[in-house]
Amino acid sequence: MSGTINIDGQNIPFEEGQTIIEAATAAGVYIPHLCHQPGYTPHGSCKVCTVNVNGRNCSACTFPAVEGQTIVNNSAELEQDRRRMTQMLFVEGNHFCPSCEKTGNCQLQGVAYHLNMLDNHFPHFFANREMDASHPDILIDHNRCIFCNLCVRASREKDGKNVFGISGRGINKRLIINSDSGQLKDSDIDVNDCAAHICPTGAILIKRTGYQVPIGKRIYDHHDISEVALMEEREHGK
Amino acid sequence: MMKTFIQKVLTDADYQPARLLTILRALQAEYQHIPIDAIDILADALNIPRTQIIAVVEFYSFLHLTPQGRYDILISDSITDRMQGKENLLGYLSSALKVKAGQVRDDGLVSLNNTSCTGMCDQGPAGLVNGHALTKLDRPRIDEIAALVEQQKPLGEWPPHLFAVDDNIYKAGLLLNGPIENGAAIQATYTRGINNTLEELDRAGLRGRGGAGFKTAMKWRFCAEEPSEQHFVVCNADEGEPGTFKDRVLLNSHAEQVFEGMTIAAAIIGANQGFLYLRGEYLHIFDKLQAILQQRRNAGLLGANILGQGLDFDIEIRLGAGAYICGEESALIESMEGKPGIPRNRPPYPVTSGYLNQPTVVNNVETFLAVAKIAIEGGDWFASFGTEKSAGSKILSICGDCSRPGIYEYPFGVSIEQILADCGASNVLGIQVGGPSGTFISNQEFNRQLAFEDLATGGSFIIFNNSRNILEIVQNFTHFFAHESCGFCTPCRVGTALLKKQLDKIIEGHGSAGDVVELESLCQLVKSNSHCGLGQTAANPILSTLQRYPDVYEKQLKSISYEPGFDLDGSLEIARRMAHRDDAAAHLSQVED
Ligand SMILES: Cc1cc2nc3c(=O)[nH]c(=O)nc-3n(C[C@H](O)[C@H](O)[C@H](O)COP(=O)(O)O)c2cc1C
Ligand code: SF4
Ligand code: FES
Repeated sequence: MSGTINIDGQNIPFEEGQTIIEAATAAGVYIPHLCHQPGYTPHGSCKVCTVNVNGRNCSACTFPAVEGQTIVNNSAELEQDRRRMTQMLFVEGNHFCPSCEKTGNCQLQGVAYHLNMLDNHFPHFFANREMDASHPDILIDHNRCIFCNLCVRASREKDGKNVFGISGRGINKRLIINSDSGQLKDSDIDVNDCAAHICPTGAILIKRTGYQVPIGKRIYDHHDISEVALMEEREHGK
Repeated sequence: MMKTFIQKVLTDADYQPARLLTILRALQAEYQHIPIDAIDILADALNIPRTQIIAVVEFYSFLHLTPQGRYDILISDSITDRMQGKENLLGYLSSALKVKAGQVRDDGLVSLNNTSCTGMCDQGPAGLVNGHALTKLDRPRIDEIAALVEQQKPLGEWPPHLFAVDDNIYKAGLLLNGPIENGAAIQATYTRGINNTLEELDRAGLRGRGGAGFKTAMKWRFCAEEPSEQHFVVCNADEGEPGTFKDRVLLNSHAEQVFEGMTIAAAIIGANQGFLYLRGEYLHIFDKLQAILQQRRNAGLLGANILGQGLDFDIEIRLGAGAYICGEESALIESMEGKPGIPRNRPPYPVTSGYLNQPTVVNNVETFLAVAKIAIEGGDWFASFGTEKSAGSKILSICGDCSRPGIYEYPFGVSIEQILADCGASNVLGIQVGGPSGTFISNQEFNRQLAFEDLATGGSFIIFNNSRNILEIVQNFTHFFAHESCGFCTPCRVGTALLKKQLDKIIEGHGSAGDVVELESLCQLVKSNSHCGLGQTAANPILSTLQRYPDVYEKQLKSISYEPGFDLDGSLEIARRMAHRDDAAAHLSQVED
């Protein structure tokens, strides 16, 4: 079965089983997102992909496309809410973009640029988070984790392991490692694992690869995340 | 030693990973925490990643990675406990036991902390010692408790009056007045026929009593129609909404009828297994409920071939461990599967994919109670009470400023005025209807009705008189939601923490001109973008009081020459301490003199 949904006045075809974001992406319509990646089980936690479906807010990455839906994706209201939620992610952790190796390639930063986020708006939490530099090849900087769950899913779904987990409740959420010591070096992660490369921010980095591309020549230094995402994700769809 | 104990616990749990919470509760009770070595043993034995076990321990308030005291005392921090002098008593207990709230005493004998509403609002201030409910706390009782702890008297030898829990039923209506005979409702269901009984529930117009008000017959029909080998019935007795305690009373005095309702659900949807998810705070009725289940098995009302009708059905009790979010039905199912209580993405709904991804109905305790009665009396009987859109009765837990706090059952449509008169409330400022997630109504609205079409409630009804401070009430509720947010989605995880900061800032007198506007827009953001009902209602206390009492908020604002996002003087406290300065010149003022 297939059908048509309408996003911001544009009719968009979908296949049975597709989510709203999948149908939109296939049709070249960008919906901002952070915890969604094509090819991974949808998670629906960041809420940056919030769209309005027949009058109700829904996460485009988890909500199925259903015949006849009227969807608002671009509106001042949604953009404002998405910007605010992105700002929330910035104040919750400790993000010092100018000194972060991921700057320019960071999806959190890319989405923030796209949403025209010019300040943090909210007071900072100054969370006390640690680094885990124990592994010879991989570095974890918990200050930059946004709990998107992508590394958890990557390890489980792609690498066939279970290296990561999200623990804690409420604002005390934290990324934990599956090892005796709780340190990455004692886990069974490998530098070639998907989980080591999936992080949308600079929370998981590969050692000794830093600054090979100079700042100023990185992805979102030149392209809006909407172009990049659509290109990569349609590539994936093929 | 530990290995042997864990083996026994695992054997009792039949090595089912879904029973992880049960297993961890047993370990917590034995060792006052979950030892790290135990985590590895469990991970191996249950074949689950240790990250799942750690995540569960860190999610539930009653489980700990570090040892608590051998006597772990928690004091209920509901607004009604506070109104009954809880803060003062906590301080008194803390000095009597020489341990600060949030800490374990050096000798490891005792730990003390706050906990969310324990469901004893009509007999507070209340608390828990090693999970067992303490009620009607006052200074003499605290002296008694402190002495018992110092003597290291085993809990079983503590005087029973400390643990006495009353039903306090003041007004019985169509359900509480006429409890059914054991087995009569199941018999009536088979006599009438299963499909016809579902018809009766439809005709009765019964809507869920847990708050959302979904039509029960429709939910059960959807579930029955799902083709699947297994179906499950779950009774939601998580009752975490502050100010709600009617399910505790129903299970204490009418459990048979609730189990009977669940059995009828099993007959209708085709389930062989049911669960009662009982909030950890209600541990005190666990043994009693187990005994009732056993009696029902002995009487042929549970187990194989119930009443000779070919129905095989049994009920297992699963205890929670301190997490309000587990009342949300999909979080409850996750919890029942041995995971943190994080609400699922929907669709699919539990009726298609619930416990172990099988079709599952989740209903409130009171809903099952009503079902059993309707099975006997018929749908028309039930629908003849209440209003057109809200059939039948509602059982309320009334607490706060009134002379007779307790349980009241009314036909839907009853006016607020009537309720206030019955429970002996006077000089009323306002009422929190439906708990913190509901609505705060002012004393200009007492002609409103209790019904789905006007004021809906899962049962909580908290009365405040004119001596109460609205902002203190709102602050207690707002802190509650921040504490209970599961943390899955950004707008609620970060948003409820920000709401708490922003409200505290205003209440502490550091708010300036734009701060109330900012507070309101943050409320809207959290409300309209959150993943589940917790986040969607977490801002209700602020929104409903802002709408009714804007001046109360405005009065808190200072006219400030600049707008710091924080308490500047307070932030310099550490620097002053280090420099040994506390003279006037060392303080900065944010207010223009
Ligand atoms: C945060 C939250 C907490 C809830 N707590 C409870 C609860 O303690 N008891 C309950 O019956 N329903 C609770 N619910 C509603 C349940 O999700 C569900 O709608 C209900 O159990 C369905 O039963 P009913 O149709 O019989 O009301 C809660 C919902 C949310 C969002
Ligand atoms: S709204 Fe709150 S409680 Fe619900 S899923 Fe989001 S973080 Fe968890
Ligand atoms: S991308 Fe949809 S919720 Fe994160």
